[in-house]
Amino acid sequence: MTNKIKKSIWVFGDYRNYFQNRVTLQLLARARELAPKIQAEVCAVVFGCSLDEYVGEYIAHGAQKVYVTDHPVLKDYNVETYSVLMEKLVKTHNPEILLTGATYFGREFAPRVAKRLHTGLTADCIGLEINKDGLLVQTAPSFGGNLLAEIVTPETRPQMATVRPGTFQEIPHDYNARGRVINIPLPDNLPKPGVRLISSQKLPQREQRLEDAKIVICGGRGMGSKTKFKKLFELAKIMEAEVGATRPAVYSRWAEHEALIGQAGKHISPKILFSFGISGAIQHTAAINDADLIIAVNKNPNAAMMKMADVAIAADANQICSSLIRELKKRIRE
Amino acid sequence: MLKLIVCIKQVPMVSELPWDSRTNTLKREIADGMINPGCKHALEAALQLKRQYGADITVITMGPPMAEEILREAAALGADRGILLTDKAMAGADTLITSYTLARAIEKECPGFDLVLCGSCTSDSETAQVGPQLMEELGIPGAAYVENIQLKNRTLIMKRESDDFLETLEMDLPGLVTITTRQYAPGYASLAGLQDAFDKADIRKLSAGDLNLDIKKIGIKASPTKILKVYSPSAEKENIMLKGSAKKIVDTLFEKFGDKISGAIGKDLKTHDHEENDDK
Repeated sequence: MTNKIKKSIWVFGDYRNYFQNRVTLQLLARARELAPKIQAEVCAVVFGCSLDEYVGEYIAHGAQKVYVTDHPVLKDYNVETYSVLMEKLVKTHNPEILLTGATYFGREFAPRVAKRLHTGLTADCIGLEINKDGLLVQTAPSFGGNLLAEIVTPETRPQMATVRPGTFQEIPHDYNARGRVINIPLPDNLPKPGVRLISSQKLPQREQRLEDAKIVICGGRGMGSKTKFKKLFELAKIMEAEVGATRPAVYSRWAEHEALIGQAGKHISPKILFSFGISGAIQHTAAINDADLIIAVNKNPNAAMMKMADVAIAADANQICSSLIRELKKRIRE
Repeated sequence: MLKLIVCIKQVPMVSELPWDSRTNTLKREIADGMINPGCKHALEAALQLKRQYGADITVITMGPPMAEEILREAAALGADRGILLTDKAMAGADTLITSYTLARAIEKECPGFDLVLCGSCTSDSETAQVGPQLMEELGIPGAAYVENIQLKNRTLIMKRESDDFLETLEMDLPGLVTITTRQYAPGYASLAGLQDAFDKADIRKLSAGDLNLDIKKIGIKASPTKILKVYSPSAEKENIMLKGSAKKIVDTLFEKFGDKISGAIGKDLKTHDHEENDDK
């Protein structure tokens, strides 16, 4: 009889930033790849108000079943209410795996759900596999990505992970795809949330954000002064890049807080990262591990930043910056 | 008076990891411990509440005996007392079990607390999970990634930026917040303060037995997550070193990576030989 119950992999439908953050679709794609290895079906779970559009999108991107609770009470994301709903749903249907995007909301929500279910949770994963025992192997960075850990949850269920956006590729949409939609009514006895939302204001979308930039030019203390740091903006303009900064550079007011790259600031994943005069403290390197190509310039060839770079340039950061500007001006023709 | 609790953690103080490539392990024993940077911001938020309204601050940590140092440092910064949960039976706990252990200690040692403050993330394991799980375990409301808190009578007004939304939230005390590193810049302990803290700070050490904890419910064995392996990805990187004159370096850079740079910029970067001499 137990054989008849099909396993399932669930993906939490995090749609609040749907047009910028497609992590739910990326997770559905990965879930579809993993599902055959444990004979599972892929389900999306979505809470909120007026959800038809998202339900359709999830099916078009690989969800075979969608659990939906659609109610005006759920219009705003509320971590307490959503945790209660998810706990109830999981206890009824016993998914094998539950994945959540590592958005701010996801990283607050998933730990609370895991606690309510008394199961394991791995944070901010950058890899998911199924091993020969049928367990979800979750790769998570620690020490700023300088170490990676492979983590499993052997005993308790579901196996839970939050996954960093951009880790997996979404599959192209297929509006002919069929999926079952299961409407779950809002329970009558929902507890009143202890935290009340007073106001929520969508921040204006910046034209290009550091997080999305193809090239990031990042400067640190080794640039020497605000005037010299300004050169990086000139270089960035030529390369249509964005400028990032380390904490010492931000504290010296060479760059705005918005430019801070690090554990306390922005995480970036550019195609190319130029790193000028940065020693490579873990708080900074934590946030740059997803860069495809790292070109670091530092006078000290033994700096931590130089060791993690693909190309380490042992030289004065200002000279290399100026030289790059000259060379690019020659090469880029209108 | 407000009763505040700040949860802090000792993390290795390293700018470069002492990675042993022979054994593929981290040489933790040579990495000195410091207060996790994120936790210092939570402590600063508590200290500002203390300066504004008057408060009694208890800092609490779970860790090896050496973690006592960070409690003393917190005392030097202005905390009133420290509690160290230290027991071999507690070691290796994941976030689920850490939050369980911390909650039992808070309930037993700090009844009637008003607000628990945590950092939003640690620099070692980076899960950001203990705070939210502690809210559940203590059964109190709370919010993560909070940037600013203001107290109005018994109501805490919280501001945060979350997934590109600027949010204002409020909750009645008791509650829990995890504080980001955006606004509360930590201060420095004075030498005299440090000296005092090391001589006479009120630090209590508690074991699993002191808290009447069932050892089957704590530590590595009770933790549902298991670590299969840990490895260093940087060991797998090709690391090219370029030296020489700036001109030579930049030429080499375009020679080797010109296509990649060109692709990222979306513009052709062919050389124009007749102008090569301009800067020489």
